[in-house]
Amino acid sequence: MKYMDKSISALHEMLMNKEVTSEQLVEESLSLSHELQEKCNAFVTILDDAKPQTVTDNLLSGIPYGVKDNYSTKGILSTGSSNTLKDYVPFFDATAIEKLNEAGAVKVNKTALDEFGMGGTGTTCHTGIVKNPWDPTRMCAGSSAGSAAAVAFGVYPYALGSDTGDSIRKPAAYCGIVGYKPTYGMISRYGLFAFASSLDHCGVLTRNVKDAAIVVDTMKGLDPKDMTSWDSSKINLQKACTGDVKGKKICYIKELVDKNRYKNASKELLEHLDNFYKTIEIARNLGIEVDEVSVDEKLLNAIPAVYVVISCAEATSNMSNLTGIIFGPRGQGDNYIDMMKDHRTKGFSPLIKRRFVIGSYVLQKENQERYFKNAQRVRRLVVDCWKELYKTYDAVILPVGTGPAKPLEGSVDILDKNTAVLEEHLQIGNFGGFPSITIPNGFINGLPVGVNLTGNCYDDENVLNLAYALENAMEYKDQIAKEVL
Amino acid sequence: MTKYIAKIGLEMHCEVSETNSKVFSSAANTYSEKPNTNVRPLDMAFPGTLPVVNKQAVRMALMASMILNCSQPEYMYFERKNYYYPDLPKGFQLTQETKPIPVGIYGRVSYECDGEIKTVRINNLHLEEDAASLDHFYDTSNIDYNRAGVPLLELVTEPDLHSAKEAVAFLEHMRSVYQYAGISEADSKKGQIRCDVNVSIMDAELDEFDPNNWGTKIEIKNVNSFGGVRDAINYEIDRQIELKETGQYDEMEQQTRRWDEESGTTIFMRSKVDAIDYKYFVEPNIPKYKISQKWLDEIRSSIPELAMDRKNKYIDGYGLSAYDAGVLVKEKAISDYYEECVKTGIDAKVAANWVTVNIIGELNKEDISINDFYLTPTMLKQITDAISSGLLSSKQAKEVFTKALAEQKEPKNYISQENAQISNEDELTKIIIEILDNSSSQIAQYKNGKDNIFDYFVGQVMKNTCGKANPVLTKEILHRELDKR
Repeated sequence: MKYMDKSISALHEMLMNKEVTSEQLVEESLSLSHELQEKCNAFVTILDDAKPQTVTDNLLSGIPYGVKDNYSTKGILSTGSSNTLKDYVPFFDATAIEKLNEAGAVKVNKTALDEFGMGGTGTTCHTGIVKNPWDPTRMCAGSSAGSAAAVAFGVYPYALGSDTGDSIRKPAAYCGIVGYKPTYGMISRYGLFAFASSLDHCGVLTRNVKDAAIVVDTMKGLDPKDMTSWDSSKINLQKACTGDVKGKKICYIKELVDKNRYKNASKELLEHLDNFYKTIEIARNLGIEVDEVSVDEKLLNAIPAVYVVISCAEATSNMSNLTGIIFGPRGQGDNYIDMMKDHRTKGFSPLIKRRFVIGSYVLQKENQERYFKNAQRVRRLVVDCWKELYKTYDAVILPVGTGPAKPLEGSVDILDKNTAVLEEHLQIGNFGGFPSITIPNGFINGLPVGVNLTGNCYDDENVLNLAYALENAMEYKDQIAKEVL
Repeated sequence: MTKYIAKIGLEMHCEVSETNSKVFSSAANTYSEKPNTNVRPLDMAFPGTLPVVNKQAVRMALMASMILNCSQPEYMYFERKNYYYPDLPKGFQLTQETKPIPVGIYGRVSYECDGEIKTVRINNLHLEEDAASLDHFYDTSNIDYNRAGVPLLELVTEPDLHSAKEAVAFLEHMRSVYQYAGISEADSKKGQIRCDVNVSIMDAELDEFDPNNWGTKIEIKNVNSFGGVRDAINYEIDRQIELKETGQYDEMEQQTRRWDEESGTTIFMRSKVDAIDYKYFVEPNIPKYKISQKWLDEIRSSIPELAMDRKNKYIDGYGLSAYDAGVLVKEKAISDYYEECVKTGIDAKVAANWVTVNIIGELNKEDISINDFYLTPTMLKQITDAISSGLLSSKQAKEVFTKALAEQKEPKNYISQENAQISNEDELTKIIIEILDNSSSQIAQYKNGKDNIFDYFVGQVMKNTCGKANPVLTKEILHRELDKR
């Protein structure tokens, strides 16, 4: 590998100085794509005919990148990693893609995901399981599994992801890279295949915080095609990354990271928590004030259920357009009902079907008040609780998950009751639409683990700068996956 | 019928035809015979598309809400009504249920039926999107997405109507409101008006103010013409009376039936227990937004003159008969034409006479709309001016009118000095004296009391002048000259 392990600004400088051409970058990136595909099965499509782009002042010009396969890309197969769209070639680009096109960025592949983003393992893609480049017997987590694997492997400096529960930020941790989802609506969702509209975010996976800032600075903006987008023209994430964090205040939630609360905790979990406290010390040494705060455990315990209810409800409705009538393989049957049934029965994986059943159930007239409406109320309570914290703190810092990447063997997308909230707390960032970033903060048994910072809406600059400072105080920035045996 | 009272409620759907684009997509909102020409990606629910609310449509909906004396909501919301059908690409319809509040609730409308003013309470008015249209053939169905996403206003009345006649009068009133307010052409030939009708009967001696006495509500779906509404109601009332009389009424369950135009009957579709659960929930892609009082005031002040206002103006201001005024305002386009005539300077009564007699007669004869009528108000003025200046007799004027229409040429081409009426007294006197000088025997007969010989002289004058002599003046001069002899 000559180039693709470098950061965006390093590559830009080399391109400007004519030390390398866009063509060489694209060529290397494609060759790495094929290598990783062999090893980890990270892609739905590799764009072998990707064209190099003219290098301009724009930092992203001429540089390859990857796109999660749930972004609509004009003229390029976009499957959402689902058999229901296995041959779907859109005729329009997502707004975020349009912006990257304008910047002169070069798409080189479409990355695999848990079908339509509905999963956290990277094992439910219609093209098969995505393996972790650090250890192919382990998962990448999901749903942005392919994007995380590719960035970690050094296929390119960044890939697009989407995040409904933790789909960018958890795979980033499992793959030892950076995963950032900005405030809800900062990047237009037009052209992103909907999973749960009120929770869906576009975002990016990179190997350092500054690259994440560069890419999101390019993707963001008010879009007349997305009513939930907002004008962020005054926000400049790159400039905000100064590393000056003295006097900033952050907090962590006692109920989630107190070792005494986890009876029979695994060795991995204990190491993970120890490592987290080490990161807290690093933060303090940077001049950041870190407090331990307490949050009502009842509220925390409700988070996974609230997420399941709201995301499944919205998903079952959002995916009602997948009937095989207008696009997707036409189902067989004597009438339209049988045709739709056939298309959906054959097209969706069992996991998705289970979620659709839950979604329909909680929306039924007789259940809606008890489940869906109550979930929305609890969502509001959680968000209010976090907003209250943001009155005092610039961000909440917490470990991602319960340790490093889990083995694929015997993996099930079912939660362990004791650690469920620690595993799922990133969903709070989706409940509130909060800016949230995961950065690598160490290793357990040679496998990377991550830490997350989540701040208040519209306060992306602050959150990114904190992550930037912390990243520079640790030694995991720009790391490339090294296979551990 | 005296034994029973019918309770009739209407759900009137009217397409909003006067917006530039559809209600949530940027596709043109124009009626097109050519299928699938006004379609944007959202209208076919391609993955990643998002709804964007059309402000013009909301404005018109709020205006309709004000005209119906409804209350307007503080916040604007839309909801998803989830169900599968081939004409519904997204698998849900964006609409407004009564919670949260739609564009209008609890209004009251007065309308005229057989010269009597009656009132109907409005339960609610909501803005929604239309579905695609389906054409069914022997073994296939064609889908036309032109209609998918066209704004639709659904008005729901309380069961305050008591007969088919009242229902039709109310619908005609509403059609006029939509036309005059510039909201819709409200043309049922174009499928712009569709109704669901609720009918029940109750014993006349019971208290009508107690809803418990209203009987079992039968909903009749998809009645697409006013004639259909009339026939369906009459059929359903008779059917229900028959059930009462034969003692079967109490077994009848609340149900939905379908109006079958061909057989002129209503046909059972489903009972209330089989009612579809539409799993309504608030559309997450449309953030709730506040409707400002300022905007509401602005909309209220821009409500155009409605039919009743114009009718009163024609009677009180222009001195027209109530009948003529009624004829003129029945169709907005005709009333607009008439107003234009008055504006160009044609005397209001003269214009009313031309429009109600000659022009409407011509429209009926040719079966065309006033918009396709060749003669503009300015052209009509050429004729009426020529009459008042004595260039045309009223008989000639009609001939010019007919000629101009037949040859599609401006009337002025047929009005000239040459074939103008002779109204010059000296010229006529000269001609008459000459005729009388050569008619001594006829004069003798006239003098002997044969009065009808007067017509002979008039005939002679007309013959001599090729019918151009001013008849009134001719008679005057003849009397004078005959008296002299």
